[in-house]
Amino acid sequence: MSVTVLLFASYADAFGAPSIELDLRPEATVADVLTEVARHPAARQLPPRPLVAVNQRYASATTSVRDGDEVALIPPVAGG
Amino acid sequence: MTTTGRLTRDTIDASALVREVAGPSRGAIILFLGVVRELNEGRGVTGIEYSAYEGMAAMELRVIADEAGGRFDASSVAIVHRLGELSLEEVSVGIAVAHGHRGEAYEVSRWVIEELKRRVPIWKREHYVDGTREWVDPTGRRTEGATA
Repeated sequence: MSVTVLLFASYADAFGAPSIELDLRPEATVADVLTEVARHPAARQLPPRPLVAVNQRYASATTSVRDGDEVALIPPVAGG
Repeated sequence: MTTTGRLTRDTIDASALVREVAGPSRGAIILFLGVVRELNEGRGVTGIEYSAYEGMAAMELRVIADEAGGRFDASSVAIVHRLGELSLEEVSVGIAVAHGHRGEAYEVSRWVIEELKRRVPIWKREHYVDGTREWVDPTGRRTEGATA
């Protein structure tokens, strides 16, 4: 299945795009998302285990990612 | 109890925020304003650009306001965070907390700003006096190529 991963702030700059498309196996997890992201040359500018949100909630490595889910990589937050 | 959390691209109106939480049972209102400062870690700052994962950030602000309201019985909480380009002395975040008594109001106010900084997906890029720009990373890690 194809999943769009949203990118923000320094991560969007690193990838030169506001999102990337990943090809994942069905019944994938956040760990699979991170493995695929790591294949990208721009990923060397990211921390080893960036935060991930699925459907606008912080997710763990074992969180499921299904077709149509909204997936995002979350750079270190700096509000306030 | 009133709790609200939201993002805005407009100037934050502190008086309006206070009015949102005020009420006859509220003996104490604390207003916290985060303001763009001219110096960060020794570097001269001319302005800050704020961006967010807007849907998630707005939801997290509402969740924090709700949690804060429930942390002490009947706290009213209003949170607003600005997005876009801000100049020095402009308000980036406003938090109004009202409670029957001051002790709880102070405590809730502090809790809200710390939670906001910990978990709301908002980012800032500082603009410096030498013309450079950099994403602020509170974890201390610099992202290569992030300067422009």
